[in-house]
Amino acid sequence: MKVYLDNNATTAMHQEAVKKMLPYFTDIYANPSSMHDMGFEAREAMENAREFIAEHIGAEPSELFFTGSGTESDNIALRGIAFSKPKGSHIIISSIEHPAVLKTAQVLEKEYEVTYLPVSREGLVSIEDVENAVRDNTVLISVMHANNETGAIQPIAGIGEIARQRKILFHTDAVQTVGKLDIDVKGLNADMLSGSAHKFHGPKGVGILYKRKGIRFSHIITGGHHEKGIRPGTENVPGIVGMAEALRISSGADHERIRKLRDMLKNSIMEAFPDIIVNTPENSVFNTLNVSFRGVEGEALLLTLSQHGIMASSGSACSSGDLEPSHVLLAMGSDHMTAHGSLRFSLSAYNTEEEIKYTAAMIVKAVERIENISPYKKTE
Amino acid sequence: MYSKEVIDHFRNPRNVGKMENPDGVGRVGNPTCGDEMVIYIRVKNDVIDDVKFETYGCAAAIASSSITTELIKGKSIKEAMQLSNKMVVDKLGGLPQAKVHCSVLAEEGVKAAIEDYRKKIEGI
Repeated sequence: MKVYLDNNATTAMHQEAVKKMLPYFTDIYANPSSMHDMGFEAREAMENAREFIAEHIGAEPSELFFTGSGTESDNIALRGIAFSKPKGSHIIISSIEHPAVLKTAQVLEKEYEVTYLPVSREGLVSIEDVENAVRDNTVLISVMHANNETGAIQPIAGIGEIARQRKILFHTDAVQTVGKLDIDVKGLNADMLSGSAHKFHGPKGVGILYKRKGIRFSHIITGGHHEKGIRPGTENVPGIVGMAEALRISSGADHERIRKLRDMLKNSIMEAFPDIIVNTPENSVFNTLNVSFRGVEGEALLLTLSQHGIMASSGSACSSGDLEPSHVLLAMGSDHMTAHGSLRFSLSAYNTEEEIKYTAAMIVKAVERIENISPYKKTE
Repeated sequence: MYSKEVIDHFRNPRNVGKMENPDGVGRVGNPTCGDEMVIYIRVKNDVIDDVKFETYGCAAAIASSSITTELIKGKSIKEAMQLSNKMVVDKLGGLPQAKVHCSVLAEEGVKAAIEDYRKKIEGI
């Protein structure tokens, strides 16, 4: 059995979305900026997609821009705002951001001040901490909507409210929530928002950036006039069309069924391993489950699971090629060994109950096998 | 990413387990780093008669320690002391750059076990 439980890393495309893309590769392939019928057709397809996606997140089409990825959207937003403000201005981000935001902030720290908000044991940013971190020269706050490793949903509306009151720009990396949770940029008090197609069964290589009307920032990618100069480059029309169709299908999926499967997996694991550490809090995206085993290392577990056809991911250093394990788990107060022993299962609408039952059984087998090799065996 | 030798030693590690009354034990690495190895040796007439290992770590770590036990079993203490991490990497058909440190840890584990054995017989 092949069981794909790594949907937070990337997803399979919806077949229907693939079909919708095809004509734009070989039949309606013109540059949407071209002044001829085929160009107009391509442009129309792109603008229809824009309208649909904008409406889905509660924005105007003129506020929705297409980019090459979630990472690109994050870079355009963060660097764009920073460079439009005086050097030495203050930026606030959370300590659990995806590297697309975290690494960008670290680079910006050379010329700007950055505060990294701590998180609770559950991996949540506190609104109070945001309030206390704000200074007179704060120009930008960026906190992710939900964390990719644990699924923890952050109090975005509340943080956005503070930003609004203090007239500070607020960006949220919603790469893990677009297509899964209901998004309303006004309800979230977001000035900017990033999304990525391949996280919601769309194609890789295309993303979105929402930017509220009236916000001006530096353009970090320079070239033609595409996307109002915010992201120049001939638009990826097939990708954009595929993204819109994928969003339409994904947002209509039975999220409660996925939640039930995730909870079933969680309960099975907790039953088999009473002292398991669950890193995913109650208020989490319905598809994510992150747990830590002690005495066994993540990559070894992943490879053993993969042997049995199960695909997941881990926060261990070895599985990422880093020397340090998951910065998210460490920020949550986990010790290194707990972080090294973490596994992340991220479900999708394509998973079945049979797959989850099989996975639970294989996890037990995998942990037993690796434990037998470890000096930290439970049973001596 | 991994050679077939690494995959083989990861899936079917040789000489896994604790040893009853080992003549030497080498414990190296630490779980904070994500890698820890324990090498147990039994020595008879200056020859490594038996060897066992326990490893907390990734596939490369498990494979490195497993193949290392095969490399030193039946060898004299003197020969075993010649073990280098390069030999481990070669026997494994290569390791990704990021995993070479696992082979270094295996070499250190063997040397630590032998050091422990020497200390015991010299009564230190």
